[in-house]
Amino acid sequence: MLTHWLKAALYEVQEYIRLQGQTVRGVFSRPFYFHDVVEQFDQIGLGSLTVVLLTGFFTGAVLALQTGITLDQFGARPFVGRLISASMIKELGPVLTGLMLAGRIGSGIAAELGSMVVTDQINALRALGTDPVRKLVVPRVLAGFFMAPVLTVISDTVGILGGWLIAVYQLRVASSLYWTSITDALYLQDAWMGILKPFFLGYVIVTIGCHVGLRTSGGTQGVGRSTTAAVVAASVAVIAVDFFVTRLLITLLY
Amino acid sequence: MPTYSIREAAVLERRSASDRPAVVFKNVSLSFDDKTVLRDVSFTLLPGHTKIILGASGSGKSTILKLILGLLKPDGGEIWVHGSRVDNMRELDLMKVRGHLGMVFQEGALFDSLTVAENVGYKLYEETDMALDDVRRRVEEVLGFVRLSEHIDKMPSALSGGQRRRVAIARAMAFKPPTLLYDEATTGLDPITATTIDEEIVKLRDVENVSSIVVTHQLRDAFFVATHEAVRDGNAIEITPADPRKCDEAEFIMLKDGVITFEGNAAELRSSTDPYIKTFLS
Repeated sequence: MLTHWLKAALYEVQEYIRLQGQTVRGVFSRPFYFHDVVEQFDQIGLGSLTVVLLTGFFTGAVLALQTGITLDQFGARPFVGRLISASMIKELGPVLTGLMLAGRIGSGIAAELGSMVVTDQINALRALGTDPVRKLVVPRVLAGFFMAPVLTVISDTVGILGGWLIAVYQLRVASSLYWTSITDALYLQDAWMGILKPFFLGYVIVTIGCHVGLRTSGGTQGVGRSTTAAVVAASVAVIAVDFFVTRLLITLLY
Repeated sequence: MPTYSIREAAVLERRSASDRPAVVFKNVSLSFDDKTVLRDVSFTLLPGHTKIILGASGSGKSTILKLILGLLKPDGGEIWVHGSRVDNMRELDLMKVRGHLGMVFQEGALFDSLTVAENVGYKLYEETDMALDDVRRRVEEVLGFVRLSEHIDKMPSALSGGQRRRVAIARAMAFKPPTLLYDEATTGLDPITATTIDEEIVKLRDVENVSSIVVTHQLRDAFFVATHEAVRDGNAIEITPADPRKCDEAEFIMLKDGVITFEGNAAELRSSTDPYIKTFLS
């Protein structure tokens, strides 16, 4: 039983690594399906904008509310901006954007590719002379890799704006004081940390979605299972990768 | 219809490309885990001829088509497609061989995010340098051939089951492959719609001189394809009962548990005394 489980797990890892190898080869060699790449940038990037804007805004706002109460105990309410910028840019922006993308993109990719597998569309692609990895995986991975940082920056920005609204209108902190404290607490290393992490997270979310989707079996039930598995695996991976990349970047940057 | 031994098949392979067998299977075997899917399967498909593979569900019929396309690899034996050995070929090289093969999948396997025109012209749009206007003309031509011209800009979800299968045939023939593979192309369709698909298969074979492998368990459709021929009458194409010589060009293969239990023409199949075949035909 345990041997069987271990073998299956190792096989999954092997196939996941192999898919990544094929994807990297697909990025740097022809044929390259440019219009699919553009389409995926639109779907993954622009398509995720609403959810990222809402998440970022409310996270920044609630952060201001919560930290305002705590800072009051030390008479440090004017420093609310420092906490928001540090939390949003270094940690909450990348991780929450990652989790939102795992829910929206990871599930979407797994469901789409899974449906294509069970309806023989992937075999049809191969029969028509198209490599499914180049046609389907490469454009999605490129879009996830490059759009996750862009979406994170947008999330950070609206989060800080949400915090500003609460700080000014609820906590009665002067607007100029809020903006000064934001820039005061922000170091270049923090910005690097906030911008580098989403590249890893975007890559992991999309490759997991593609891997799980392409290994779907068992008809429509299988598609459902793959979609759930992709969201769970991508969400856990976001948290885990965030930890390891943060550890690495602290060593490298600070 | 003469049957070809492996040695004869090897001689045939050395002939010029036009006479070369479209597909040769030599002692092909395949197992998944402990289950034997195919055992020692050998046959030869000559250009312009038809092989009709019959068998119960799970007898390995569709697996044969996937092996020809290189979507699966056999455990043993050799598979030749238009002079190229595909059983040990790399995926990259297989892409070129697949240019000789058109496949009509079960249920059609149309790309549901693309229109009918984009589906039919997929290979020409994506994998060739053909000008867009030329692709469009070819798409219109093949959709005219399967009598679906008016549906060119629809999405596959807006078509009926029979129409989807005909679009799948149009997609498979759009790049003019010399061999077409049909995987249960009529399964799940009513008899009248199934006949329209059978007629397309016959038309392609006789008008376009396409070699065909038809996998099915629908006896009615199998015998229709084997015993009819398409005749061009001016601009029109008529489907008529085939003469005996033409009937001999369609050969049946009966698979049982991954083993060929019968090979011969329609008349020989009907007169077989094999109990399994008799049960299958009854």
